[in-house]
Amino acid sequence: MLRDITIGQHFPGNSVIHRMDPRAKLLLTVAYIVILFVGSNPIGLALSALFLILAYGVAKIPLKLIGKSLRPILPIILFTAVLNLFFVPGDPIFTWWVITVTWQGLYNVLVLSVRIVCLIAGTSLLTYTTSPIVLTDALERLLKPFARLHLPVHELAMMMTIALRFIPTLIEETDKIMSAQKARGAELDTGKLTDRIRALIPVLIPLFISAFRRADELAMAMECRCYHGGEGRTRLRQLHLGGMDLVLVAVCAAVFTLIGCSGMLWGLMGL
Amino acid sequence: MENQMIRAKEVVFRYAEDGRAALDGISMGVRRGEFVAVLGANGCGKSTLAKHFNAILLPEQGEVYVEQYNTREEDHLYDIRQRVGMVFQNPDNQIVATVVEEDVAFALENLGVPPDEMRGRVDEAMEMAGIYKHREKAPHKLSGGQKQRVAIAGVIAMRPDCLVMDESTAMLDPIGREKVMRTVKRLNTEYGITVVMITHYMEEAVQADRVIVMSRGRIELEGTPKEVFRDSARIRALKLDVPQAKELCDLLREAGVDLPQDVISAEECAKALAALLAGTAQAKK
Repeated sequence: MLRDITIGQHFPGNSVIHRMDPRAKLLLTVAYIVILFVGSNPIGLALSALFLILAYGVAKIPLKLIGKSLRPILPIILFTAVLNLFFVPGDPIFTWWVITVTWQGLYNVLVLSVRIVCLIAGTSLLTYTTSPIVLTDALERLLKPFARLHLPVHELAMMMTIALRFIPTLIEETDKIMSAQKARGAELDTGKLTDRIRALIPVLIPLFISAFRRADELAMAMECRCYHGGEGRTRLRQLHLGGMDLVLVAVCAAVFTLIGCSGMLWGLMGL
Repeated sequence: MENQMIRAKEVVFRYAEDGRAALDGISMGVRRGEFVAVLGANGCGKSTLAKHFNAILLPEQGEVYVEQYNTREEDHLYDIRQRVGMVFQNPDNQIVATVVEEDVAFALENLGVPPDEMRGRVDEAMEMAGIYKHREKAPHKLSGGQKQRVAIAGVIAMRPDCLVMDESTAMLDPIGREKVMRTVKRLNTEYGITVVMITHYMEEAVQADRVIVMSRGRIELEGTPKEVFRDSARIRALKLDVPQAKELCDLLREAGVDLPQDVISAEECAKALAALLAGTAQAKK
């Protein structure tokens, strides 16, 4: 049952966006988030949404995946929407009992919802098109300058890599331990919630002990292969900013500038 | 001394200060290009000894030399570890990266090998270990034997002179074990890599040039497989099994069948029996 869990949300493919330099992708995603707040007007948001739909099209990622990644934060969107809709003062659209819905409120709700949806969908596109390991790699390289400020960049990236490497191994192990405990009569899927949580203890303890033992052995194996931190380390996989990357970055920069300036346009329309 | 790969002199080692000596005065050597098997019951100190060969553990008394380096010399720690590669028991716990080829590159990345050179060495190591076709897979998608060969490739990418296998076949199924064994044999014969194989399996020990049998932190027996396994009673007294072929011949001899004492491998056993049967057939004619 645990085996079905996919790690991260990587959606492998071979599109231009998939093949793009992960550093460029990461930085563009950050820029996109910023631009969502700068261009927070109807024209800007419409353009941002359009841009995103186009990007999903190019990456050949089905749009319905956006719905999937939105589901966990849907309550937050609804909550803020309700608050804005009923409690923002301004010109009333209609009043019923103590509830007043205003034009300003409605405007806020629309802007806010579109912005959050774009935010989530935009960052999801990054994880859909980039495998976690490549992303870790890109992060390490981008943060490298900060290593001079004693930020343990290499160590953090190494930890991420090892964590990603061991997720499937530990899932498999959990599965095995659960089967072993079930074979000895443990009831893991029945009973009240408190019972079920208590039943997990005999699963978690062996899992932790084994994880520590693994860590110990892995550390020794790494030492045997001359691991001594990030100093003087080279990498097998080199990242190259290719011509295609530059073109994509240029296109995105143009679009982002346009979105950023959309506020002025919206102001000129005098609304 | 020129062709000595590893030398241990009167090595004593204790895990706890007041505990029993895990190694109790071990002196031994491994010649360059040799294939040595180390046998012994659980807790006899064979893994502890292996960990002295690349300075993971340092002796309490005595010295260990890898080529010209004493394992106590910290300045040469990486020279030593690059020369003596170590493969452990559990393949899952020695693979670091999430892609096979990146794991094979791990040691080279640590040693600071330039990226252009690294590519070639990684490919070469994967070819040598016979896992080139799996290079882009995730390690958890491989079988135990394949994972262990990834671990071997990760070590031989360093171009070590010696490969120490610390019960590396213990967790594998028979097919995986066979493949790993064949890979190691090939590394030894074709590439001249010295192999120290710590093992529980007598069938693997039989393939070695020399066998060392340990018991309670001491070397109990040492010699060619034929010499070591000649005395089945002695081997059993050390809580070890004798190779199946040898056991069969022992039983047959007890039953009065005329077979030689020094049969230890399945092939020899088959040959001896065939010769015997041919002899009886001729006698009947």
